[in-house]
Amino acid sequence: MDKDNHSPPRPNGVNRGRRDFIVSALRSAVGVGLAATLLAVHQRRADALPASAIRPPGANADDNIFQGACIRCGLCVRDCPYDTLKLAQLGDPVATGTPYFEARTIPCEMCDDIPCLKACPTGALDPALKEIENARMGLAVLIDQEACIAFQGLRCEVCFNVCPVRGEAITLDMRHNPRSGKHALFIPVVHSDACTGCGKCEQACILEEAAIKVLPLKLAKGALGAHYRLGWQQKARAGEALVTPDTPHQYNLPSGASYDHGGQGLMLDSPGDAEAPPFSSNPLDTLNRKGGI
Amino acid sequence: MKPGAHPGAEAIAAKGWLAAHRYLLWRRATQLGILGLFLLGPWFGWWLVKGNIASSLTLDALPLTDPLLIAQQFAAGHWPLTTALIGALIVLLFYLLVGGRVYCAWVCPINIVTDAAEWLRRRLKIRGQMRLSPHIRYWLLGAVILLPLATGALAWELVNPVTLVYRGLIFGMGVAWTVVIGLFLFDLLIGRRAWCGHLCPMGAFYGLLGEGALLRISATRRDRCDDCLDCFAVCPEQQVIRPSLKDADHTPVILAGHCTNCGRCIDVCARDVFRFTTRFSRTTFPPAEVEKPHQNPIHQQEVST
Repeated sequence: MDKDNHSPPRPNGVNRGRRDFIVSALRSAVGVGLAATLLAVHQRRADALPASAIRPPGANADDNIFQGACIRCGLCVRDCPYDTLKLAQLGDPVATGTPYFEARTIPCEMCDDIPCLKACPTGALDPALKEIENARMGLAVLIDQEACIAFQGLRCEVCFNVCPVRGEAITLDMRHNPRSGKHALFIPVVHSDACTGCGKCEQACILEEAAIKVLPLKLAKGALGAHYRLGWQQKARAGEALVTPDTPHQYNLPSGASYDHGGQGLMLDSPGDAEAPPFSSNPLDTLNRKGGI
Repeated sequence: MKPGAHPGAEAIAAKGWLAAHRYLLWRRATQLGILGLFLLGPWFGWWLVKGNIASSLTLDALPLTDPLLIAQQFAAGHWPLTTALIGALIVLLFYLLVGGRVYCAWVCPINIVTDAAEWLRRRLKIRGQMRLSPHIRYWLLGAVILLPLATGALAWELVNPVTLVYRGLIFGMGVAWTVVIGLFLFDLLIGRRAWCGHLCPMGAFYGLLGEGALLRISATRRDRCDDCLDCFAVCPEQQVIRPSLKDADHTPVILAGHCTNCGRCIDVCARDVFRFTTRFSRTTFPPAEVEKPHQNPIHQQEVST
């Protein structure tokens, strides 16, 4: 700024050199600010992972956090022995340069030693994950019950049989087949406490378009509000009801009759009188009875 | 440079074509050689080096990581593993030794693109020059660091042409070719060295590293300079030459961090004014070898002291 002082002061007292400097700095700041804002908006869009893209094991379920930790070097891709992982290219719907796989094409084979995670130099794939069974890359969802042939009463069970956590991540639940009236439906049911999101089921689904699909956890999971308390759970935990116990239900019954819900049903004190029903033939008697509703 | 001649024509006449392109050829060989090492794996299954320019693993032992990416990770609130930290430290120390923007001139793939644009610009005599301050790159560098703070993710990596193209060459380009073409046209039509010399925040970062770099170019024989301006014409950061070449009070060593150590000035100088030295070198022209005829008075004064 020294040389600026040599330029003659303008009549209004503003040093021309200093003014040029400020204008130039402002131009840069505004231009860069605009570009940075656009980029931030672009980043927010990139945080939304497309439903078909599954992150490698150990990646944070919040893709924004993953994109703050992954430096897009591709070392996980290189150490994946099954060519499952690929790096998103410019133009793909996944954030450029980040690793992902598509379950329908090549699912994760769930290597015991998790080589992709070991290759990660930054910890974007969290080294705290030691057992691949604890990975939660996504969650399988039987998304189309209309197309799944198990719901038609056909025996398929391919997803159940290829599941690496067999019998735990997917179970077959038997239900009545109302169409035939005498057969069973074997319905695959996914359990989020065991499903790793490897995608073997989606790949193996025999349909033209898979009825069971692995979705990113954020998309697949619902969440009960934190304020919810399920009474029967609270009761089991505390050993007793935490609120005033319900008063026994009052039934509008004639004297000598009682009712046991979920038990014996209607009970009469004098079963010998069975021929003479305790109810009057005049409905007004019932309505006017003392103790009625 | 004689009117109508291209910069370096004199040097070719004096030293021969090969000697007048020595560092340029070395640079291209280094740039393509490093890229070639990365491509040995995917092309031939020979995995000497894995990863890409963002982070790599050589011979399953040597980690190298871009320190600017680590800085962005810190801003995003992620503490990287030791592997990445060691990798970044090695890279930092290396560029402190050889000059920060050696990255630009000897490694970066975009350099080949923008050098080509600049060459064509000279041949086609395109004069158009958008008013761009070379300080914009520092603003951009600030934005690159602040964006992860604001968004939580490495937002710059969504568009960073350097890593985008390098990764593309190794892992698949997608539509990254449009970035290459875009940068070429930008440098060709919008302004001389518009990207590398004004905007690129990676260049800004490595330029800051270069401020303390050990390996430097020095106008050791500035007494021989005949003001042909060839070095000035080819220099990607023209402002770095003048003080060392023309200011007698200034050390002949080019200390400016933005000197990329590309060595092109050494190539095109028919009078061997420049050579590589360390930043501590105080060697100037030995008086005994001074050639008189084309000296200007200031230089002769300097010699006599």
